[in-house]
Amino acid sequence: MDLREKLEEIKQKSLKNIQKAQDPNTINDIRVELLGKKGAITEVLRGMRDLTPEERPKVGSFANSIRDELNQAISKRNEMLEIDRTAKKLEKETIDVTLPGVPVNAGQPHILMQVIDKIEKLFLGMGYEIVDGPEVEEDHYNFEMLNLPKDHPARDMQDTFYITQQILMRTQTSPVQARTMEVHDFSKGPLKMISPGKVYRRDTDDATHSHQFHQVEGLVIDKHITMADLKGTLELVAKTLFGKEREIRMRPSYFPFTEPSAEVDVSCFKCGGEGCAVCKQSGWIEVLGAGMVHPNVLKMAGIDADIYGGFAFGLGPDRFAMLKYGVDDIREFYLNDIRFLRQFSQKG
Amino acid sequence: MKVSTKWLNEYVPVIDLDRSVLAEKIARTAVEVDDDYRLDEGLKKVVVGHVLSMEPHPDSDHLNICQVDVGEAEPYQIVCGAPNINSNMNVIVALPNSWIGNHTKIKKSKMRGIVSMGMICSLQELGFSDSVVPKKYADGIYILPSDAVPGQTIFSYLGMDENIIDIDITPNRADLLSMRGVANEIGAIYNHNVKLPHPVISETTEDEINNYLTKVSAPANLAPTYMMRIIKDVKIKESPLWLQARLWNAGIRPLNNVVDVTNYILLDYGQPLHSFDYNKMGSKQIIVRLANEGEELVTLDGEKRLLKDTDIVVTNGDKPVALAGVMGGLNTEIDSNSTLIALESAVFNPSKIRKTSRRENLHSEASMRFERGINVATVGEALDAAAQMIAELGDGQVVANAIKVNEISTNDRIVEITTTKINATLGTNLTENVIKDIFERLGFGVQLESGTFKVAVPVRRWDIEVAADLIEEVARLYGYDNLPTTLPTGPTTPGHYTDKQRLIRQTCALMESAGLSQAISYGLTTKAKAQRFTLEKAKTTELDFPMSTEHTTVRMNLVSGLLDDIAYNAAHKNNDVALYEQGRVFFRDDQNDRPREVEHLAGAITGLFNQATWHDSKTVVDFYLTKGIVDYLFKELGLENVKYVATNAHEEMHPGRTADIYIGGELVGFIGEVHPNILKEYHLGKTYVFELDLQKLIDMDKKEQIYQPISKYPKVTRDIAMAVDKSISNAAIIDCIKQNGGKYLTDVTLFDVYEGEHVAKSVKSLAYKLIFNNPEATLKDAEVTEAFNEVVEELKKKFKIAIR
Ligand SMILES: [Zn+2]
Repeated sequence: MDLREKLEEIKQKSLKNIQKAQDPNTINDIRVELLGKKGAITEVLRGMRDLTPEERPKVGSFANSIRDELNQAISKRNEMLEIDRTAKKLEKETIDVTLPGVPVNAGQPHILMQVIDKIEKLFLGMGYEIVDGPEVEEDHYNFEMLNLPKDHPARDMQDTFYITQQILMRTQTSPVQARTMEVHDFSKGPLKMISPGKVYRRDTDDATHSHQFHQVEGLVIDKHITMADLKGTLELVAKTLFGKEREIRMRPSYFPFTEPSAEVDVSCFKCGGEGCAVCKQSGWIEVLGAGMVHPNVLKMAGIDADIYGGFAFGLGPDRFAMLKYGVDDIREFYLNDIRFLRQFSQKG
Repeated sequence: MKVSTKWLNEYVPVIDLDRSVLAEKIARTAVEVDDDYRLDEGLKKVVVGHVLSMEPHPDSDHLNICQVDVGEAEPYQIVCGAPNINSNMNVIVALPNSWIGNHTKIKKSKMRGIVSMGMICSLQELGFSDSVVPKKYADGIYILPSDAVPGQTIFSYLGMDENIIDIDITPNRADLLSMRGVANEIGAIYNHNVKLPHPVISETTEDEINNYLTKVSAPANLAPTYMMRIIKDVKIKESPLWLQARLWNAGIRPLNNVVDVTNYILLDYGQPLHSFDYNKMGSKQIIVRLANEGEELVTLDGEKRLLKDTDIVVTNGDKPVALAGVMGGLNTEIDSNSTLIALESAVFNPSKIRKTSRRENLHSEASMRFERGINVATVGEALDAAAQMIAELGDGQVVANAIKVNEISTNDRIVEITTTKINATLGTNLTENVIKDIFERLGFGVQLESGTFKVAVPVRRWDIEVAADLIEEVARLYGYDNLPTTLPTGPTTPGHYTDKQRLIRQTCALMESAGLSQAISYGLTTKAKAQRFTLEKAKTTELDFPMSTEHTTVRMNLVSGLLDDIAYNAAHKNNDVALYEQGRVFFRDDQNDRPREVEHLAGAITGLFNQATWHDSKTVVDFYLTKGIVDYLFKELGLENVKYVATNAHEEMHPGRTADIYIGGELVGFIGEVHPNILKEYHLGKTYVFELDLQKLIDMDKKEQIYQPISKYPKVTRDIAMAVDKSISNAAIIDCIKQNGGKYLTDVTLFDVYEGEHVAKSVKSLAYKLIFNNPEATLKDAEVTEAFNEVVEELKKKFKIAIR
């Protein structure tokens, strides 16, 4: 048997052993046995002395190639064993992924605040300011500056909690507008504002009445504001709050603050206008009051009604939320049952 | 106002219009429509019956067996229990298989063994409201006139064969509180001519009003116009059925021919009238004046009214006989023996009427119209129409002449408007012709002079005063739907929250991320609850005339409201609740009626903060958990130098488990456990609360957000465990460590607290981790040891600690 045959034989035998090996130690033993100083291959190569100078390099390079091949087989086998070992280890670590996750107990914003937030964001985006004002108001701002003198029959529309003859719980957030109009500097640009907040009416609480509720009232005053602008703005509000397929329609109405005045209906978001219980079969739901600011209101605030004009509108987040989420009792908003509060997690 | 379409059709053609189409048109062009309905809708086979004979039911003490002619070959036998039934009268018969009111089907039946072919009906059984059924028939069946024809349908007799449109009138459109006003409006909407009849009065020449009234006076400020007529030899009786039907279809109960006429004219013209029994007046004088304070009058409804000196009264020169414009006096009421009628038609001061009717809670058809305004052009015409009608229906005579005190102008009001202004306001391009046409449809006079309309508005539309009012008329008749849809143009403005608004919203978001849900409680509470948990000494702000005892006083704290919420939850078996509220509280001082409004933040937590899960054990709410939430808020808002100082000064709080919170030396709120007495009152378990003056937090300097380089050098930690007297606070020890830890001490954390059997009763064991770092170099062990020893020495000296 010449050296080549010997080497070939060692290789075949070793490859078999490597494949059979089941742990890194065995493989290491094989490696030492083969390639170590006293290893089989080294042993064989000692026989090279007896070869002719022509043959030596040929056998040498043959031996090297076998050594490489075996080295490769060893590291491959090692890798294989490692993969196997890891797989076994991970298998042991298997958990039941259907066990519940650890709850994250974050709180919820109140549903009314979610509605108001949505309205605020819409108007901020259109360049409106958000203006706050007192909840305990003067009759002067709550009524008189809004074209509602004492003894005006329209005061009956808003039963009022008085504190003294001149001081009251505001019945609307438009007194904030009266206050803002008085101080706004029109040389610095138009007035565009909304005023969200709590309002109070002298009412007995039941499913549809609450002595406390919320309002968002809006006002725009500039040189060229039209009722068409009002219509366009309210259409945007309706689409933002109730869905982009919504349409609006306006009906004549009366508010002392505005002339012309309108009630604004939005096409029913439940039935799309075909008629259902939510819209009382009409296809429309009343959601807003609006109109062009009455010249008396402008004059009282010291604004030249021949140059400036504008529109105003008011809407009720409570009513919005009731309609949108099907809440059938307005008191729910103020009783703060945790099961109620936690329902509205999709952020409006 | 319930509008009879048959009546309306006498003035303007509407009878061919589908009622829902008409209702829709009114709603889209004028005022809201509450309802539209047909009175005989769903009713069937109800006819006139003539009771031929009647005998008592053998097995009943109140039923009668009637033989009734219903227009068939044979009479029907019908059992009837009405007390006012009698033979020879015409009645309402619901035949077998008929439908009457309330979706009720009437079948042939047996009543105590006797066959009944249907039922004899009351008006209520046909669906009439109790409030419109004539008193005489309130407790029995309705009796039809003797000329009613048996077998004929009942609906035309009772005026039920028509459509009613119930319109809801806004305060400015009181002109629509009359049939004539509605006719004018419909004429304008449909561009139809309106034909209104005008009365022709025939007076007796033999008698004159001055024979009855020698003095009539009324100050113009109380009654801008006041008119009166006398009708004599009147026979009081039931009104003809057509007139009664007009009234009950409008929701008014028929009474007698005189009162019914005044109500009919009220509906027709919108002019309230009042009829006095002249013979009960006791004088020949009519003096309108303000009541004397404390004067008394029993009104027609039998109520004794104690009058005030702001009420207008009609007197006989001595005593009040009517609460003017609101309700007549019982002492001059028309009764079945009245023959001589004094009929009043006037305009009364609206704000005085309003004051009286509100105070007395007496809102009559008359007062409602006087308050909102009436057509001053037809005060006299309505009087004439009523006098003539009373004479006709009561076989009497109108005495010659009317008395008229005070003249009120009935001239058109001229309002100017330009086409440009109209289009600039509406965003339209309407032509002069379109606008002119609208004004003319409304019955307004129009003159156009170089682009300016001079519009002559008749006094029946007293709501139109200024140009803006005309713009509304144009807009609504042109159609709101036809207006274009645009968005405001003009200079753009930046829209952003103010710093305060932003911080308030951030605070809310922080509370939510800390696990508290947002509550919105009532701003009005009881006086007791308003005054608890307050951060400031202040006066209460109370309602003058509250609606309920639960909501009388404006709140001065938020915790009370949250406790109400938690109590509501507890009552509904929600025992684990974590709520916060952000809102205003109201502090008033002696000098002001209006309180100062301060933004506050409060929280209330009870029960478990976290439920036990398969993974973690439960977390029970306690002081430190609550404090952690407040700390988190301060940290996130960039507020530093926070101090918690134990206090027993809050009456509503646990004296040993409450702290006032100071930031930079300023008191900003408190935190702690609610006092057991209060918890007992609310039926609650341990509840932890905090109340913070959010305005102060907003106003305070916030920590600058500056990047802190992260040290490249390793930190060194040293632990210290000590036994210390229980009275020594953590805050004091931390202060001491920080003061003596040297410049490389960067942090101190408490990591263990122990009290119990392994230490003496009077002491507690505390363990702290001290962290040292030098950002510029690696700390030497000796440096740390020196600093640490310094700390230990000082703690020993100051607090007599024992190192463990
Ligand atoms: Zn619908």
